[in-house]
Amino acid sequence: MNDRPATYDLPDARGHFGPYGGIFVAETLVHALDELAMAYARYRTDPEFVAELKDEFAHFVGRPSPIYHARRWSEVLGGAQIYFKREDLNHTGAHKINNTIGQAMLARRMGKPRVIAETGAGQHGVATATVAARYGMSCVVYMGSEDIKRQASNVYRMKLLGATVSPVESGSRTLKDALNEAMRDWATNVADTFYIIGTVAGPHPYPMMVRDFQAIIGQECIEQMPQMVGRQPDYVVACVGGGSNAMGIFHPYIPFPDVQLVGVEAAGEGIDTGRHSASLSAGTPGVLHGNRTYLLQNSDGQIIETHSISAGLDYPGVGPEHAWLKDSARASYESATDSEALEAFHTCCRLEGIIPALESSHALAYAARLARDLPRDKVILVNLSGRGDKDMPTVAERSGMVV
Amino acid sequence: MSRISTVFERLRAAERKALIPYVTAGDPDIGSSLDILHAMVSSGADILEIGVPFSDPIADGPVIQRAGERALKNGVGLVDVLSLVRSFRLTNSETAVVLMGYANPIEAMGRERFIAAAAQAGVDGLIVVDYPPEESAEFAAAVRAAGLDLIFLLAPTSTRARIEQVARLASGYIYYVSLAGVTGAGHLDLADVLSHLEVIREFTTIPVGVGFGIRDGATARAICSIADAAIIGSRIIQEVEADPAHAAARVGHFLADVRAAMDAVVTTAP
Ligand SMILES: Cc1ncc(COP(=O)(O)O)c(C=O)c1O
Repeated sequence: MNDRPATYDLPDARGHFGPYGGIFVAETLVHALDELAMAYARYRTDPEFVAELKDEFAHFVGRPSPIYHARRWSEVLGGAQIYFKREDLNHTGAHKINNTIGQAMLARRMGKPRVIAETGAGQHGVATATVAARYGMSCVVYMGSEDIKRQASNVYRMKLLGATVSPVESGSRTLKDALNEAMRDWATNVADTFYIIGTVAGPHPYPMMVRDFQAIIGQECIEQMPQMVGRQPDYVVACVGGGSNAMGIFHPYIPFPDVQLVGVEAAGEGIDTGRHSASLSAGTPGVLHGNRTYLLQNSDGQIIETHSISAGLDYPGVGPEHAWLKDSARASYESATDSEALEAFHTCCRLEGIIPALESSHALAYAARLARDLPRDKVILVNLSGRGDKDMPTVAERSGMVV
Repeated sequence: MSRISTVFERLRAAERKALIPYVTAGDPDIGSSLDILHAMVSSGADILEIGVPFSDPIADGPVIQRAGERALKNGVGLVDVLSLVRSFRLTNSETAVVLMGYANPIEAMGRERFIAAAAQAGVDGLIVVDYPPEESAEFAAAVRAAGLDLIFLLAPTSTRARIEQVARLASGYIYYVSLAGVTGAGHLDLADVLSHLEVIREFTTIPVGVGFGIRDGATARAICSIADAAIIGSRIIQEVEADPAHAAARVGHFLADVRAAMDAVVTTAP
């Protein structure tokens, strides 16, 4: 398809990206979402809000994050040049904090003293607990009891930061169930509570709002790439769980028709094994968590359990804007398996001296595959969404070790 | 006139209020569900809300979540719920049946196909918890064209503009959720409920049922002094949970008490 929009201004007023997105929630949440959409519309362009966000990015998060030329790895591959956008260098070690700062600032202005969040790997939980501590808010993080077992060190970090981690025992006891539980909390405590969603999913305005806060990633790249290589990249590659780090780097690049956008989903043990989290590559459209998007579901419309070595990609849905970018062919979506991600993880450690998050390692795996077959003058920019410290136990276990 | 409207007409003439129990299909198993439905009718239910199991029931509290999980473990889905209604209709053509569930199983079956199958099975109304009016204009039209009622929820947080919008699309009855939160929560504040019902009635003459927080004869009676119907869900599931082998008998027993308490109300025709 080549009917790319010349100007891109999605979503519409009710949060639609073509047939995707929207507001599919029970009546108890409708008013809260209206209130949020109004507050966000008011503050997103408010000079004082914008200035404070910029200041927080500079002094608390450590922005702008640098771009780094992965010279040795590119050399070994013998093809295109690979560059990393270093979101791993942000405070708390991932892109997640770009969004939690923004939403917490909004919560303060809306007079909500309590924030809640869902988390899978614990990265978004940590980023939320961090800003709650920073602004003196009370914080409850919902986390599936399975994930609590798998991510003990992040649970401890959240507690250190003063958050309450609330185990979720329903459904598959993972990220999607934590999101369900956070929604239920919000419906019950809507008067004093702000729900900080961790990715570009959920009902409108979340997919748009989270994208906007994360778009700082791509905006910086557009400034930095010409300084680094004299032009914009040929490819921008990012891993896709819910899709926030990918939307953050993709969105500012949408109007650049020569820049190819590639999202990389988790193929787990292989798409054909059924044990994966590749909603765009292997799912079908449906309605979950307040929006219409691609989902992993059975023929009866029940959401099925997903698998990925990286807890942060282990989600059966995907942000609705990615669904639209896929259908309109402005972005393409590929996948990398657990073993491909692990191999990229180890290669990155040894050749570049950077320990990447397992989530980001999926993007690295695809970038390496792509680079090999491209000429040396092509440029691939990978969003290195986080660092891998949190993944030590998982990686060690794969090598038969305990840390 | 739809079966739901007929039920409310008949009740109005008899100066009684509607008793609307909810049960999740497939809990403890689909065979028992049929027995439970008939037991509810014998105990005085006027309209039955049958819950369609969904893996991610965002608007439900722990009790109904657990019922849904048990049903899913039994492999019960939308297709089975429709055959349950067909079986029920073999011996009952009076009691109105409403399916209550979430959008995704419907979309997976295909909206048009689902609506036709529901009408054919003998379903009278639909509640799709996560289809708010903005997202369901087309769906609402198709539901109406098939002769079914589309029932919407209103909540304490619903604004006047919102109530007006919902009132325009709703048919059958309006389901007023008596408190912010999920099913199974909290207790009733009658004065607060009344003030909201008054606003709703400014915009519509269709009956208004109240649910969330009704747990016994006393609360049902209290609600029926101000509303057209009492909707009871979590409390019924608790009866099923307490003794799955005798679920139908227990639910029947519980509802009979509620019915008796409701009928003790002296109603005045509006
Ligand atoms: C480092 C990192 N990258 C990516 C993700 C996936 O989320 P998203 O697709 O929203 O960027 C996570 C989620 O926890 C993460 O921690």
